[in-house]
Amino acid sequence: MKEFMMIFRHEPNNSPQPSPEQMQASIKQWQDWIGGIAAQGKFVSTNRLGFQGKTLKPGNVVTDGPYAEVKEIVGGYIIVKSDAIEDAVELATGCPILQVGGHVEVRDIMEIKK
Amino acid sequence: MTQKELIPHLFRTEYSKIVAVLCKIFGLSNIQIAEDIVGDTFLLAAETWGLKGVPENQTGWLYTVAKNKTKDYLKRNKLYVQKIEPELIFGSEKEYLLEIDLSEKNITDSQLQMLFAICHPSISPESQIGLALRILCGFGIDEIAEAFLTKKETINKRLFRAKENLRKKNIKIQFPKETELLPRLDNVLRTLYLLFNEGYYSAAPNKTLRKDFCAEAMRLTLMLSNNNATCKPKVNALFSLMCFHASRFEARIDYNGAFILYQDQDKNLWDNGLIQKGTYYLNRSSAGKDLSKYHLEAAIAYWHTQKNEGNDKWENILQLYNYLLQIEYSPVAALNRTYALAKANGTAQAIIEAEKINLKDSHLYHCLLADFYKPNNIEKAAAHLERAYGLAKSAHEKKLIKKRLKGYGKLSVPISE
Repeated sequence: MKEFMMIFRHEPNNSPQPSPEQMQASIKQWQDWIGGIAAQGKFVSTNRLGFQGKTLKPGNVVTDGPYAEVKEIVGGYIIVKSDAIEDAVELATGCPILQVGGHVEVRDIMEIKK
Repeated sequence: MTQKELIPHLFRTEYSKIVAVLCKIFGLSNIQIAEDIVGDTFLLAAETWGLKGVPENQTGWLYTVAKNKTKDYLKRNKLYVQKIEPELIFGSEKEYLLEIDLSEKNITDSQLQMLFAICHPSISPESQIGLALRILCGFGIDEIAEAFLTKKETINKRLFRAKENLRKKNIKIQFPKETELLPRLDNVLRTLYLLFNEGYYSAAPNKTLRKDFCAEAMRLTLMLSNNNATCKPKVNALFSLMCFHASRFEARIDYNGAFILYQDQDKNLWDNGLIQKGTYYLNRSSAGKDLSKYHLEAAIAYWHTQKNEGNDKWENILQLYNYLLQIEYSPVAALNRTYALAKANGTAQAIIEAEKINLKDSHLYHCLLADFYKPNNIEKAAAHLERAYGLAKSAHEKKLIKKRLKGYGKLSVPISE
């Protein structure tokens, strides 16, 4: 099986802090989705990304924020195992980011030969 | 306790202790010598006690005889010891006079060191379990064979190979260095976990034996928890898990030795003392940031001891399985997670997810789907049970599935006895 990375992109929302109940519900949605992938034996690893970020450009130019020029930010990623990219896209259909107007970018991971 | 029971009982409790201490003298490569001396000691006990009566202090009697036999052995083999086995720790004359230390502390230390030696990463997991059962728990070859549902010769061969390996790899009976302690401890815990499961999930009909396996795994785990160097959060988590599982031991096995499903168990048979003990060690395991699979499994087992179906029981179990599967996938965890999903989020979602799981060769998978379909689609439920029947391996499981099918009033395919 090959490995694919799903990158979760969304627009940073400026709405007030979610309530603990909303947070709990959101965590459950994500964990149920990831748990479902893991139950198929296709889970590799995952991480959430925070809101800190800096971008380095040629000429040692450093800009603040992950979303200096684009509207979207990357909220996190998951790495899964599947036979082809179509299967990985199928796994992505349940991703909770889709319910808040975000989208998932599915990329194949190039193996680095050592 | 009658005299007939007394010696097997003492064998179980004392054999491994004396072997561990003697092995420290002879070295692990000469484990057979230690085993023979202790074996002879028990033989002498059986003969003498039958004729002259049982001594008041039986353990003391065994220790004294074992000590003397060891000293005799060392004297008798002086030449052999000096010339051929220079690696023996006790080689020179004056050392025969040294006390063979069978104090409680030295016994515990020796057994712990022996546990680390046996669970050395270079020994195969299967051999580790066999050696642990034989040398650390004092089980007989026939008992081990019975639990593994295999022949005595197979176990003998396996143990022989394992001992050869201990010799070849020159593994020492000692505590690992501090820097190596944690990874080595992981290995020890995995073996103890398997040892417990061997008793808990064994298909062998002998219930007492299975219980003894579990009790021994718990004794060794508790030993790690009671030792300052090895009392790590994951050790307490594993012990907690074992307590919770063991609390249902009586409730989950019927008088024929067959398993009773969780939802069909008589909850009054659950052992509250063990549940409390498990909760105590689960709390102790939460010290520090370490979150191992034992923590998650212990927490899952904790929720299973809750008789009340409310209080988010299944939601908590589902989330714990979600995390557990991310740490380590196993088919059983995947099936259990799907069961919890049905309880927490409803059967409709659970059916969709179950269809995605690639476990179509497992009879348990089809039993689970039959459960999900039963309320709304009895035909489909029956079809899954029929597939489960075809896939089930043991006669007992087949019987249970057939009984369920009969309950459906559906027996579309002829099922032969």
